[in-house]
Amino acid sequence: MGMTMTQKILAAHAGLEKVEAGQLIEAQLDLVLGNDITSPVAIKEMDKMNVDGVFDKDKIALVPDHFVPNKDIKSAEHCKCVREFARRNEITNYFEVGEMGIEHALLPEKGLTVAGDVVIGADSHTCTYGALGAFSTGVGSTDMAAGMATGKAWFKVPAAIKFNLTGKPSRWVSGKDVILHIIGMIGVDGALYKSMEFVGDGVANLSMDDRFTIANMAIEAGGKNGIFPVDEKAIAYMQEHSTKPYTIYEADSDAVYDAEYTIDLSALRPTIAFPHLPENTKTIDEITKDVAIDQVVIGSCTNGRLDDMRIAAEILKGRHVAKGIRCIVIPATQKIYMQAMEEGLLKIFIEAGAIVSTPTCGPCLGGYMGVLAEGERCVSTTNRNFVGRMGHVKSEVYLASPAVAAASAITGKISSPEQLD
Amino acid sequence: MKKATGTVFRYGDNVDTDVIIPARYLNSSDPAELATHCMEDIDKDFIHKVKTGDIIVADKNFGCGSSREHAPIAIKAAGVSCVIAETFARIFYRNAINIGLPIIECPEASKGIEAGDEVEVDFDTGIITNKTKGTQFKGQAFPPFMQKIIAAGGLVNYINEK
Repeated sequence: MGMTMTQKILAAHAGLEKVEAGQLIEAQLDLVLGNDITSPVAIKEMDKMNVDGVFDKDKIALVPDHFVPNKDIKSAEHCKCVREFARRNEITNYFEVGEMGIEHALLPEKGLTVAGDVVIGADSHTCTYGALGAFSTGVGSTDMAAGMATGKAWFKVPAAIKFNLTGKPSRWVSGKDVILHIIGMIGVDGALYKSMEFVGDGVANLSMDDRFTIANMAIEAGGKNGIFPVDEKAIAYMQEHSTKPYTIYEADSDAVYDAEYTIDLSALRPTIAFPHLPENTKTIDEITKDVAIDQVVIGSCTNGRLDDMRIAAEILKGRHVAKGIRCIVIPATQKIYMQAMEEGLLKIFIEAGAIVSTPTCGPCLGGYMGVLAEGERCVSTTNRNFVGRMGHVKSEVYLASPAVAAASAITGKISSPEQLD
Repeated sequence: MKKATGTVFRYGDNVDTDVIIPARYLNSSDPAELATHCMEDIDKDFIHKVKTGDIIVADKNFGCGSSREHAPIAIKAAGVSCVIAETFARIFYRNAINIGLPIIECPEASKGIEAGDEVEVDFDTGIITNKTKGTQFKGQAFPPFMQKIIAAGGLVNYINEK
């Protein structure tokens, strides 16, 4: 019985020839990540441990990104706690405001995550790095503390679901539509405790940014991780961004999967997740009644990358946000912000009546920079639409691609770019 | 491990971490303060009614969503002695074990327990007793490795003991 890609990475990091689903292992970590919300709890836990400091100051990444620039005094205290810990422990990869970005866009961009790595992060969307062929998964603060102290974590080796992607997505269909379609199909616990392995000739037709978006939302199906094979595009990305050595693992031909699905990317349509679960998906064609909206957010660890900015700008260029609609655009990192500026995208956003913010997770989790009032509706390129996620318990979040979000900002109701003009 | 005994608060599928502890309160990491907002967006009365020892029972995928350890911390600090669910989201499951909040997966118990029932959980045997209805269920016992973490009072103590 062969191993999946995920199982091979875990076996190698546990020093084992072979592992199988359900086996408990202890694995060496290549990177431990935390943010301004989860790290203070981890630091407090680490203080209780009988350890002299961190296991490796180069293998920890601390990225204040949720409530920065500090939204209030309590957040400022949290950020201060993280900053002082980083200073005290000489953490190499601490990213202050001015050099930071939303963690899951920032780490691959900085070359800190590569194929074959085992990464844990005290943030559920840590699964993003599977786009590069790494095993990465979200954990809580205590696991982060133990990881920082020992460089190890315990895992139950996951079983896997195989998603065989074929064909090429049509003009306005992107990675977001692919993953929303999958979550709609298998449900928010459809991959509970399991790996989601994305394979097939359709992968070549997905950009790296599409793959980051897809892997990012594996957690929204309950998945332990999402992972892609390492192809020429992934290698080119790593060569451009990283000097770290990488290792390519391939699934055995006789690897065992709990389920297999084939998805024809060319048949997918712009897809929207209605409140209050990411599995409540409808294609744009299935929306028969107008859904009037109040706000649009284009950004986050899911869809704040350069591809996303370009698509949104392509649609907003020469058009204007509907009167009364707030459109908030958040490039995910300083580098993406700069590139968007150099390409003239920021000018397009501002001329269209959108606002452009410094990198922050703020609105995605109802923190700040776009909190919703009672009864308000938002089309958002973020990842969760739970009750109260972006503000008032009676507000509503509709998850969509940057293309749908930008088109909706122009019309003031949920729309696809095809419906403009 | 000590048995848990208490009155049941009953919830459905996919209770997410945003309703367990809304992100607007995550500018604090103080357990007592977090507890005052526990379950606020799904059940405003919870925090006023919950007594030390009470038990939460839910259906599928309890604790889905964010990795915030603040969620099990808030539940534990509110006085809850155990969460029983058909299934748990995986990060919540890890976090609960790591901070020493007892949880137990048991689909049959989820189906056979209603709000207000008096329930007892024996962690050593995995036996869940609904004292109100006079019924019993067998929950999934933790693997020995996890029992050691819980017995130590969480991952930090476990590592210190090692």
